[in-house]
Amino acid sequence: MDVLTPRSLDEALQLKAEHPDAWPIQGGTDVMVALNFDRGRPATMLNLNEVQELRGWWRGDGSLRLGSGLTYAEIEHGELRTVLPALAEASRTVGSPQIRNRGTIGGNLATSSPAGDALPPLLIEDAVVECASVRGTREVPLGDFVTGVKRNALAADELITAVVVAPSGAAQTFMKIGPRNAMVIAVVSLAVSAGDELRASFGSASPKPVLVTAPRAEAAGFPAQVAGAATPIDDVRGTRAYRVHALEVLTRRALERVLA
Amino acid sequence: MTQTRARPLQIGRIGELVPRIDAPPKVKGEFAYASDLIVPGMLWGHTLRSPHAHANIRSVDISQALSMPGVHAVLTHDDVPGQKTFGLEFPDQPVLAIDRVLYYGEPVAIVAAEHPEQARRAAERIVVDYEPLAPVADMERATELEDLHPHKPTRGHGYREDDRPNVVRHMVIRHGDTEAAGDVSVEGVYDIGIQDQAFLGPESGLAVPDGEGGVDIHVATQWLHVDRAQVAPCLGLPLEQVRIHLAGVGGAFGGREDLSMQVHGALLALHTNRPVKIVYNREESFTGHVHRHPARIWCEHRATREGRLVNVRMRILLDGGAYASSSTAVASNAASFAVGPYETPNALIESTVVYSNNPPCGAMRGFGAVQTAFAAEAQMDKLAEALEIDPVELRLLNALKPGDVLPTGQVITGSLPIAETIRAAAALEPPPAEAFPRDPLRLPGGAGNTTRGEGVKRGVGFAVGFKNIAYSEGFDDFCAARVRLLADGSAEVHCAAAEVGQGVTGVILQVARTELGIEDVRLAPSQTATVGSAGSASASRMTWMAAGAVRDACRAVLEEQQRRPGEEIDLEQIYRHPRTTPLDPETGQITGERAHVAFAACAMKVVAEVDVELGLSRIVWIGAAQDVGKAINPQQVEGQIEGGTAQGLGLALMEEIQTRDGLITNASFTDYLIPTTLDMPPVESVLIEDPEPDAPYGVKGVGEPPTVVSTAAVAAALRAATGRALTRVPVKPDDICL
Repeated sequence: MDVLTPRSLDEALQLKAEHPDAWPIQGGTDVMVALNFDRGRPATMLNLNEVQELRGWWRGDGSLRLGSGLTYAEIEHGELRTVLPALAEASRTVGSPQIRNRGTIGGNLATSSPAGDALPPLLIEDAVVECASVRGTREVPLGDFVTGVKRNALAADELITAVVVAPSGAAQTFMKIGPRNAMVIAVVSLAVSAGDELRASFGSASPKPVLVTAPRAEAAGFPAQVAGAATPIDDVRGTRAYRVHALEVLTRRALERVLA
Repeated sequence: MTQTRARPLQIGRIGELVPRIDAPPKVKGEFAYASDLIVPGMLWGHTLRSPHAHANIRSVDISQALSMPGVHAVLTHDDVPGQKTFGLEFPDQPVLAIDRVLYYGEPVAIVAAEHPEQARRAAERIVVDYEPLAPVADMERATELEDLHPHKPTRGHGYREDDRPNVVRHMVIRHGDTEAAGDVSVEGVYDIGIQDQAFLGPESGLAVPDGEGGVDIHVATQWLHVDRAQVAPCLGLPLEQVRIHLAGVGGAFGGREDLSMQVHGALLALHTNRPVKIVYNREESFTGHVHRHPARIWCEHRATREGRLVNVRMRILLDGGAYASSSTAVASNAASFAVGPYETPNALIESTVVYSNNPPCGAMRGFGAVQTAFAAEAQMDKLAEALEIDPVELRLLNALKPGDVLPTGQVITGSLPIAETIRAAAALEPPPAEAFPRDPLRLPGGAGNTTRGEGVKRGVGFAVGFKNIAYSEGFDDFCAARVRLLADGSAEVHCAAAEVGQGVTGVILQVARTELGIEDVRLAPSQTATVGSAGSASASRMTWMAAGAVRDACRAVLEEQQRRPGEEIDLEQIYRHPRTTPLDPETGQITGERAHVAFAACAMKVVAEVDVELGLSRIVWIGAAQDVGKAINPQQVEGQIEGGTAQGLGLALMEEIQTRDGLITNASFTDYLIPTTLDMPPVESVLIEDPEPDAPYGVKGVGEPPTVVSTAAVAAALRAATGRALTRVPVKPDDICL
């Protein structure tokens, strides 16, 4: 196996164009697990850890660009806590401190798991995924980016460079249920905000992230509406019936928080 | 010539709090576990395992695999030079599958290559032509389905005759009038899922050919000599040509009693004449060792209006999986301790363990008593509710004491302070409930931020459990120790007791220092070549047995020193605990003075907070009182109570191997969850020291009783918080809120 380590974004995009089958790796918290379980054995790895353009986050005109190499720990502990509170709460639920030091938002998007903790809080904020290649850069709304279970719209020569968000300032929260009190993959998760309208998105309850909205005046029916929008399955982590039930309870509690 | 006197003993006597010498390297990541072994020129072994729970093997073609780069050997059952099967108690398990596979993950072929990746890739190129068969996956139907072991490997060992298919052992304990009626009766059916030992150090070892046809095996195991006794016949070698050395053990809990890589590594090493290392990955580890038996237990408890037990009737069904392992003893233990530490004049207990195509089950901390304690303690709470008696009072009213008779007819002659243990645990006061708002980490759901107090109810549960110490039913259970008193006044102790994390090396040194009165005592490495068998680090026996053997060896060398002052003295002694005898196969009654050597108990109070709308729990506090005989090292005893409690808590709340038609569906630490520090609360422990008259220094084993009781106690707390029956562990959120 070859490991390519570009030093700039241009070089990274060039390498990805030359090696479309290469597996990009940043924090490695998903990729290394996949390698360990022998779910694939790429001939080439593209190590993005030295690409400075992907690190951190910065402000644009009215929006934020979150580099795909932004770690959960950086989201959890930095200024983003106040700007994107649900994303920060979601980041805190990811793995252990060691995992949060390594795992990145770009990796969460690239994996496109229904359980990806960053997806629901980003979806309620209308996040857009910036995909780049030597051909140019395009912006794909998150709802279109994820196309199914662990599938997304990224082309073979593209890399995720950033997530662009215009923070709504709406009151928001994130909640996640797991089979124990820390270090879990979501049995079901939920992000809810109350701005001009009520918005919700959930994890582990549909093949791809779904945005559920309602006028603020219809808060009473919102928990049932959110639960009704879910299409969960029975699996080793939980049952369909439980996930639907839990979504309704969580939405009710979330509304108490964000409408308070 | 001047003689230096060894330092007289200042610290490290029996009963003192002695810090563990292996703790700093383990905490710092410097301890060498078996998976860290490395020698120049070694090859890596890999095991090809069955993807089916039940299949015939039509053919195995290794030609492609053999031609892969770096590959030195690909072996199948044809290459096993000696006995083709092995087993802890019954040799019913093939070293490598012969013409069929009986469980998911059963070893079919082994490969040795220069690099582990080469070995893994080569294993993928072995072509096995399977004919999948319908699996026997439902233990309740196993006795009506295809007999997986028609030759009945466990027959002829003094068990009750039972011709039904797939019966590993069936036993009945009849005590008094088995039809006796009471004023009240409560019934229940209880289920226990498959728990895994989930040790963090996967199965691993290194086999090194000695150049003379023999082999040295460095392996993480629980009993060196029984490994040797199983490995040598399969290799076709005499015992002395197989030497087992204990490598660093990353947890055992019963899961290293059975062989894993020992024979495979040795076969590859002897075949290639190169050292061969095998390390299981995590997924493989879940198929590489036996698990705790899943169980279904039907109970009826009859009592007087005043709350005295009149008749306890229980039917226990255990799924042993594909091979016998220690299932016959687990089934017997489940029956022997089914009633719990209570006196009942009458009982009818039936225990059956069956073969199936589910994952093989065998020894795990608590050994049958965990499952029955969960059922029996739920029944005691039900009885207390029916009689409107305080649950602790009901337990005190029926508590066993010396002089009482067990359902097997055995009279308790040694220490068994059940009432004192119950009172001590009941007297522990949990802290008051914390006010809201709280950090989410201190709420059910924890880091998931699911509640700020909504739906949270508090409950207190209580339970008590007990089990036997050491091996039972006539097993010749002994431990050897050898002490060398050197001319410089220092000493060296040899004992093959396996240090599996429980701290037996510290115990051995404390005993030797106390007996010899000197500090300069070294412990030689555990191996089969230099000392006799220590028996297994199992059944809460190792401290008792090693202490007895080391004590006797120390006293023998001191006595010999009187006769030969100034000379080097080197003596080996064998210690045996009081003899046991089998149970009558038809009545389950003792055939001699005792079937079990001695008993130890633990009582536990648990406070739980449960979010009843989401079914999520947080155990807030645990108070434990344990009957320990004599604490050799109080710190280690408390460590065992905390660790044992955590393991039982895991079974109550989350730990379960899930299967579908015999296939394991959650073989990873992503989906087989064990408690984190946010799930396991502080434990307040009280040590009840009531010396065991038959044991050295009055010690009792301490590793298992907290596990036996904590599953039951945690479940009781969840019931108290939720008002739900919760008859199955692990308790799922669905059981609480749907």
